Amino acid sequence: MKTRIITKSTCKPVISEPGNSAVYKTGAWRSLKPVFEAAHCSSCLLCWLYCPDMSVIVHDGKMEGFDLDYCKGCGICALECPGKKGEKAITMVKEDIL
Amino acid sequence: MKKMTAVTGNEALAEALRQINPDVCAAYPITPQTDMMQRFSDFVADGLVDTEMMLVESEHSAMSACIGASAGGGRVATATSGPGLALMWEMLYVASGMRCPIVMAVVNRALSAPLNIHCDHSDAMGARDSGWIQLWSENAQEAYDNFIMAFRIAEHPGIRLPVMVCMDGFIISHSVGVMDFLADDKVQRFVGNFTPQDALLDVERPVSYGPLIVTDQYHEYKKAQNEIMDSVFAVTEAVASEFEYLSGRRYGLFESYRLEDAEIGIVVLNSAAGTCKDIIDEARENGVKVGLLKPRLFRPFPYAAVAEALSHLKVVCVLDRSDSFGAFAPLYVEIAASLYPREQRPVLLNRIYGLGGRDFMPEHVEAVINEMTDIVSRRIAATPKKYISLRQYY
Repeated sequence: MKTRIITKSTCKPVISEPGNSAVYKTGAWRSLKPVFEAAHCSSCLLCWLYCPDMSVIVHDGKMEGFDLDYCKGCGICALECPGKKGEKAITMVKEDIL
Repeated sequence: MKKMTAVTGNEALAEALRQINPDVCAAYPITPQTDMMQRFSDFVADGLVDTEMMLVESEHSAMSACIGASAGGGRVATATSGPGLALMWEMLYVASGMRCPIVMAVVNRALSAPLNIHCDHSDAMGARDSGWIQLWSENAQEAYDNFIMAFRIAEHPGIRLPVMVCMDGFIISHSVGVMDFLADDKVQRFVGNFTPQDALLDVERPVSYGPLIVTDQYHEYKKAQNEIMDSVFAVTEAVASEFEYLSGRRYGLFESYRLEDAEIGIVVLNSAAGTCKDIIDEARENGVKVGLLKPRLFRPFPYAAVAEALSHLKVVCVLDRSDSFGAFAPLYVEIAASLYPREQRPVLLNRIYGLGGRDFMPEHVEAVINEMTDIVSRRIAATPKKYISLRQYY
């Protein structure tokens, strides 16, 4: 996700477009990003159950990935993921923000 | 010939406020500022200005009302002192963070406890890191001039930041001095009309102020505020040269007094600089090569230029009218930071004077000069931090 970085010319806490909370992507708060590896997923959906931001995308009872617009990178999905044969289906990697 | 008037510092700034005629002024009385706002209230009551004068229940409310009025799109001014400024503390950061170009007179007073209403710089030094521009003034004339220039600096399109103009409580605020007032129309033309930006009262273009910015951008936001501060030097100098054309009075980022060929120097803020200059003149007649540097713009601080002005000296004594307990005082810290990058730099002393209105007398300046002379001739070793003008009895 790329958001506009505040500079000298935009340094003012003013919202000029009403109703813009729908376009505010709180995923920008994230510093770690979950990565999904389908081969190691048993569709237990513990990640979906634990995710505090409803950011785990599930279709037809299968985990399909993450809604990174709102995922804050808390990592609880990766922590709870039992994976398969000792391999986690979710791992956390550093967000590319630099 | 110029028309000279005899007025107190508070009268001078009340008169400046009358000439500028701000849209809103929210204030709460506190000594030694009270009499400035009282005089200005008279101007409001007499219909000499159009200002909406808001008398609120505390300084926290005063600054909050100023911020609201400024965000609303008005030109806003206020004044406070000591504990009043301390009570505004939370809102000072809101004013600068929201880019509200409020101008505030700070009539410097000590902080409690013990309770003390007299001159001391601890109030403004406590607001040092709040993102406000700080101008300091030696006398009523400089306070009046700074106050008028402050509106131009604060409201500059590239700045839009609040400015506090400091002058010494009682010593300047309540003492009568010689004043050259500018004509009303000259001041009004110099300050010009206020151009609101993102005004809350602009119903054609509604805006919201003060949303949340967390870990994603707060850090960059603060860096941006720092960059805006970097532009303040050039704007302050440009405004000063325009003001010189208007008034004949010249102001730099700081004043250098007999420093060029000096061996030792004093650094001091506000009214004490006047006493120091008198004694420096006397010492010069006795062949002592001493000079003075008086900062005018304290935030942002012009480190490189100050270092250029001081680095050739052998000893510099920084006089602070405020303290940081268990540490060096605020002005000393800035001077030390200015000089550290220079290969050639003076021995630095920090002397605390005048807390809570303790008189700063010519003999104290003489003692400081003598001490520096003794250090130059290696008769004594330098002690980094000391209190001067201490009493043995009373």
